[in-house]
Amino acid sequence: MTRHTLGFAALAVAALVAGCGDKPQQAGDSQVVLIGQVSPLTGPQAHLGKDNENGARLALDEINAAGLTLGGKKIVLEMRSEDDAADPKTATTVAQKLVDEGVAGVIGHLNSGATIPASKIYADAGIPQISPSATAVAYTASGHKTAYRVMTNDAQQGSVLGNFAVTKLGAKKVAIIDDRTAYGQGLADEVEKAVKAAGGEVVAREYTSDRATDFMAILTSIKGKAPDLVFFGGMDPQAAPMMKQMKQLGMSAKFLGGDGAQTPKFIDLAGADAEGALASNPGLPLDAMPGGMSFKSKFEAKYGKIQNYSPYAYDAMHVLVEAMKRADSSDPAKYLSELPKTDYQGVTGHIRFDTKGDITGGAVTLYQVKDGKWQTLETVQSGD
Amino acid sequence: MDIFLQQLINGLVLGSVYALVALGYTMVYGILELINFAHGEITMMGAMVALAVIGALALAAPGLPGVLILGAGLVVAIPVCMALGLLIERVAYRPLRNAPRLAPLITAIGVSIILQNIAMLIWGKQYIPFPAILPQGRHEVLGATISDTQIAILVLAVLIMLALILVVQKTRLGRAMRATAQSRQVASLMGVDVNRVIASTFVIGSALAAVAGVMVSAYYGLAHYYMGFLLGLKAFSAAVLGGIGNLGGAMLGGLLLGLIESFGAGYIGDLTGGFLGSHYQDVFAFFVLIAVLVFRPSGLLGARVVERA
Amino acid sequence: MSSALKSRWLGFGLLALGLALLPFLIDAGLGRSWVRLLDLALLYVMLALGLNIVVGYAGLLDLGYVAFYALGAYVYAWLASPHFGLHLPFWAILPLGAALAGMFGVLLGAPTLRLRGDYLAIVTLGFGEIIRIFMNNLNAPFNLTNGPQGINLIDPVRLGSVSLSQPLELFGYTFTGVHLTYYLFLLLVLAVIFISMRLENSRIGRAWVAIREDEIAAAATGINTRNLKLLAFAMGATFGGLAGGLFASFQGFISPESFNLMESIMILCMIVLGGMGHIPGVIFGALLLTLLPEALRYTGDWQRNLFGQIYVDPADLRMLLFGIALVAVMLYRPAGLIPSARRRQEFADAKG
Repeated sequence: MTRHTLGFAALAVAALVAGCGDKPQQAGDSQVVLIGQVSPLTGPQAHLGKDNENGARLALDEINAAGLTLGGKKIVLEMRSEDDAADPKTATTVAQKLVDEGVAGVIGHLNSGATIPASKIYADAGIPQISPSATAVAYTASGHKTAYRVMTNDAQQGSVLGNFAVTKLGAKKVAIIDDRTAYGQGLADEVEKAVKAAGGEVVAREYTSDRATDFMAILTSIKGKAPDLVFFGGMDPQAAPMMKQMKQLGMSAKFLGGDGAQTPKFIDLAGADAEGALASNPGLPLDAMPGGMSFKSKFEAKYGKIQNYSPYAYDAMHVLVEAMKRADSSDPAKYLSELPKTDYQGVTGHIRFDTKGDITGGAVTLYQVKDGKWQTLETVQSGD
Repeated sequence: MDIFLQQLINGLVLGSVYALVALGYTMVYGILELINFAHGEITMMGAMVALAVIGALALAAPGLPGVLILGAGLVVAIPVCMALGLLIERVAYRPLRNAPRLAPLITAIGVSIILQNIAMLIWGKQYIPFPAILPQGRHEVLGATISDTQIAILVLAVLIMLALILVVQKTRLGRAMRATAQSRQVASLMGVDVNRVIASTFVIGSALAAVAGVMVSAYYGLAHYYMGFLLGLKAFSAAVLGGIGNLGGAMLGGLLLGLIESFGAGYIGDLTGGFLGSHYQDVFAFFVLIAVLVFRPSGLLGARVVERA
Repeated sequence: MSSALKSRWLGFGLLALGLALLPFLIDAGLGRSWVRLLDLALLYVMLALGLNIVVGYAGLLDLGYVAFYALGAYVYAWLASPHFGLHLPFWAILPLGAALAGMFGVLLGAPTLRLRGDYLAIVTLGFGEIIRIFMNNLNAPFNLTNGPQGINLIDPVRLGSVSLSQPLELFGYTFTGVHLTYYLFLLLVLAVIFISMRLENSRIGRAWVAIREDEIAAAATGINTRNLKLLAFAMGATFGGLAGGLFASFQGFISPESFNLMESIMILCMIVLGGMGHIPGVIFGALLLTLLPEALRYTGDWQRNLFGQIYVDPADLRMLLFGIALVAVMLYRPAGLIPSARRRQEFADAKG
């Protein structure tokens, strides 16, 4: 029994040493306000996680440089960045950690699977949360009034993609593959609905996983059904070898992906076989936005190539702080009511929220790989 | 297009990669009765090291023929993996040779976590592309397509397996390995240097893993620090399916698993009228594995011996 | 009352007081996120004790244990969330989930009775993966699990008007959700410890040890090895199911990605590291492996304080150190950090 108690005591001491969490402090006559940022900084999606962190940090640095005054006090924003490893359980732990540290708002998380359980903890603590990239419909459908996102959700993007495949690309027979993750399956289901609604036929529905690299079996089966187009709901590490294997099997069908495939890494990995691939990404292309190119040059000067979602993290941070400005307070209880009134011209588009916290009338842009680069095809305003 | 023939080719190529990795598991198991969980990670290390060399060479000397560059990658990756196998055996397994089974199993898990993270620190978290240096020829055979890479993988796998069988059946080392597998104590009484034999087993297994790793990354066009885990798991299942500890069993198990996955993913959807689809591909593979083991508890070709306590 | 007995009661009293105050001490010293972690650690203690019955007592290497954890979690989610619109009370669901998991333990254990050692490991691993894959895909044709999207808005444990997700005002003190959860989990962990201790010293426990040491000899002495192995699977699975239900209510959201193979391997590592078959060791292993990776998060802060910048990402270092720890402990203390007297003896014999 004594050993037992000792064990506990030792743990408690170890933990005490470990945790020297900083609380918001007064620095001179300016007050420090903490903003949380959460994304996977380890694991297979770490490169995307770091990208989000950089986007949020860029906005934060700009706001600090421009000077922020709330309630007559000079405010210095400070970012607390945490790693949720894209794991739901870790996400809740990290969310609680941020709440403890007294953050005034949170930018994150990156994945829907991590965002959904964490949103409950922020909601219980009354802390506003804006996710730059969680697209699962369920996130804002939970009814938490603290949950917002600045990216079109799966339903919005999926309906644009499905409609585009049938009406613009003229695909009558469509094969759909998803990677059985919350993101891939959610998007693929919406695409399937939209394809059918637009009068197309779904000739094959196949599945893979987010760890797989061999798609020969399902592609062979799909080839036998002679589709005009193959849609894949998933990320670039699967999309690239899939594209290669389609070429290897001599398939002539077009390849269409979502925002998970519309990355520089996709071209990097698929090499010459990437040519002709189509994919969408929510929002306007950077070069079509008023502040887009300046964001790009600012970002690249500081952090290098944009991976994917950093412009959204950048906008999310601005939207959050704009609400604080309108309320003239960084107190979550006061500025939360200002978030629904958001009307902000961001890098990724015109940001306004509906009653659930989803972005209204978000645009979706379609791209195609030409000469080894993603080229803009067109931008579509999503219906709802 | 002949779908059946195409799926057969897909399955055989996938299966021969599984078989090569499975051989490493089965050789170690045959001698030590130890699941070398880190074997998948050695495969990953082989791919990463080779890719580092290949990437550098492809940039430095773009004129070199692709096969030569690939060869250079292999020449570096194989000794690195051999040394790694030797090191792991020495540090993580040898001190535990007389400990109960679970202890070396946990060190094996520990070693594979370490290797994964070292690879992540060296090469980063990104997927690394395999440069387009190999000929991309495709051939039409009776309505199915087979690429140069696929042919190369099949031929190489068959050659390596034949060579391994020769080594084990005809050489002095092979005889010592078989003796050690039968009984470590008796073999050592007969003058076999058991430690050396076990070390050689790890070295040979690691060399095979390196070749398999390079094959996988060339075939799929990428490598990643996490790629060893799933590959290792599949290969280990293949080894058990064939009867772990049996070389022929590992080859048979590997090929069978490749074919099951290929035909499973290709046909279950249509056979069950869409009720079960390719998302149950792995369920299918595990189900066959479980069924085989329940009815033949030591695998397809495994000797039916009573387990030593 | 003899003085030995008195000091024993005193020890118990102090321990009870310590355990009761622990969440408040941690909350004050480290913040609420550590109380939340402590709750999670208690869940893992429960899981590890459950797996300990299968692996530690009966010697059956089970790599698919997380399947039962998943079953318990999904049963809770089905019966207490908007998914099917059912909102049964927790005291009805938890036993149900545990019982169902136990039943599955027997069901999956039965075909493996002839298998031993590593073959058993791979078959249980297969079962674990099969269950996870079904959970991930059963959103069609009938939406049972909502597939990879998971089930959200699961009810918290509620007793009368007290909900474990809301703060409770009592005697002028505020008990937050994580504190209340701590007491519930602690109570159940104590129950599991009690059952484990009783089992260990019972006829059944001794029969398990006999099977673990030598199954043939055990059968020869008249032990019904079949029934006892099934009982071990059932008991372990029951605890797993219980922990799963608690996890679902605690987190409020479950999806198949929480129940992957790595989770099974982690739980196995907990009991082997701590000391297989020895209750204090298993508890220690579970606490260590849950809290250590989180504590290693702070290596980033230390690096910043010491060197002014971060050289190695703490997140990268975390798993590397964890792997090294696994290997080192096994090399230097192969019977675990806190081994039972019997196992220590076995290892000493093996060395000699």
